[in-house]
Amino acid sequence: MDLMVQRRIKQVLKGDQNAFGEIVELYKDKVYQICFRMLWDRHEAEDAAQETFLKAFLNIHTYNQDKKFSTWLYRIATNLCIDKIRKKKPDYHLDAEIAGTDGLNMYSHLSSGDQLPEEEVESLEVQETIRQAILLLPEKYRSVIVLKYVEELPLQEIADILELPLGTVKTRVHRGREALRKHLRHL
Amino acid sequence: MTSCPKQIVHYMHEYLDGEIENDAKEELKLHIETCEDCKHHYLELKKTIAFVQSASHIAAPAGFKARVMASLPRDKKKMGVERWLRNHPFFTAAALFLLLMGGGFFSMLEQRDHQFAFTKNSELKVENETVIVPPGTVIEEDVVVKNGDIRIEGAVNGDVTVINGERYMAAAGSVTGEIEEIDRLFERLWFEIKSLFK
Ligand SMILES: [Zn+2]
Repeated sequence: MDLMVQRRIKQVLKGDQNAFGEIVELYKDKVYQICFRMLWDRHEAEDAAQETFLKAFLNIHTYNQDKKFSTWLYRIATNLCIDKIRKKKPDYHLDAEIAGTDGLNMYSHLSSGDQLPEEEVESLEVQETIRQAILLLPEKYRSVIVLKYVEELPLQEIADILELPLGTVKTRVHRGREALRKHLRHL
Repeated sequence: MTSCPKQIVHYMHEYLDGEIENDAKEELKLHIETCEDCKHHYLELKKTIAFVQSASHIAAPAGFKARVMASLPRDKKKMGVERWLRNHPFFTAAALFLLLMGGGFFSMLEQRDHQFAFTKNSELKVENETVIVPPGTVIEEDVVVKNGDIRIEGAVNGDVTVINGERYMAAAGSVTGEIEEIDRLFERLWFEIKSLFK
């Protein structure tokens, strides 16, 4: 797959937009997932994911082809999300106070009109608790937790994406886990 | 738990990251077996991870790719063409040529360049805007005549190009190279452009 990606990137550098379309196709779910788990809002996540690809396209000449493309792409995505979280911090605070309001949107989004069996509603309630626990994490912990447990990336790759020393990433994973534990232990 | 060794919780995290030294692992194991608080702490961490990982995987919304593609600037495409042209100067010349054909460039060129001109060679003779290759002489180079005719009675060891003029070849005359008559203006311009890249 990497070889195919490298070939597509060379085509994009030559001005072939269709080749970029194939890159979008390959990574759209991963990028959207990072954005969604960081922001927990599907509209914002879509905006962030779209911006990620636009930024990648405009800066493709700065990508070092000796390195993993996904690392570079996920870096753009996480940085964009961290920026967005910082900018809208007061809103998040408000959301946390009016617990459940945003959760209703989540429910309607996930159920998409279908009647859900009892246990699935229950798991949605669990999901809502997880959502709030992650939203309460400061963005520097949130990004490492999302990359580690949602994207299931190795610590070294997370360090490469966030451009942080490996030790810092480890510390943040530890602290992030402890913070989540405080909110999720009673589940 | 307040009396527990400080490093125990740290070891738990190292263990969860799969990066623990054997000695530390042993110490952690021994401690957890005997300390309820730490065992509880560890199980809570395990549960927390399981919950976070249970967050269902989601895909990008429908039409996402199309929206991304529509958001890309069109300039980039043009830039690609420019880059391509830079790498293919001959086609750049062709493009330039087509561009000039559409403009008022021609009349300008026509006025400026109506003079009779020809390749400077002492063997060539000139009569009333006609260049003559005299019988018995051999011209050892390409001959170009602009806005005039050429009469070849001798030999030219090269190409003969006549721009806006006529070529007369005597029975005894000979040209080893190519003979080109360019009398239409755009062909002439084409010739000029080609010669730029030779
Ligand atoms: Zn203990």
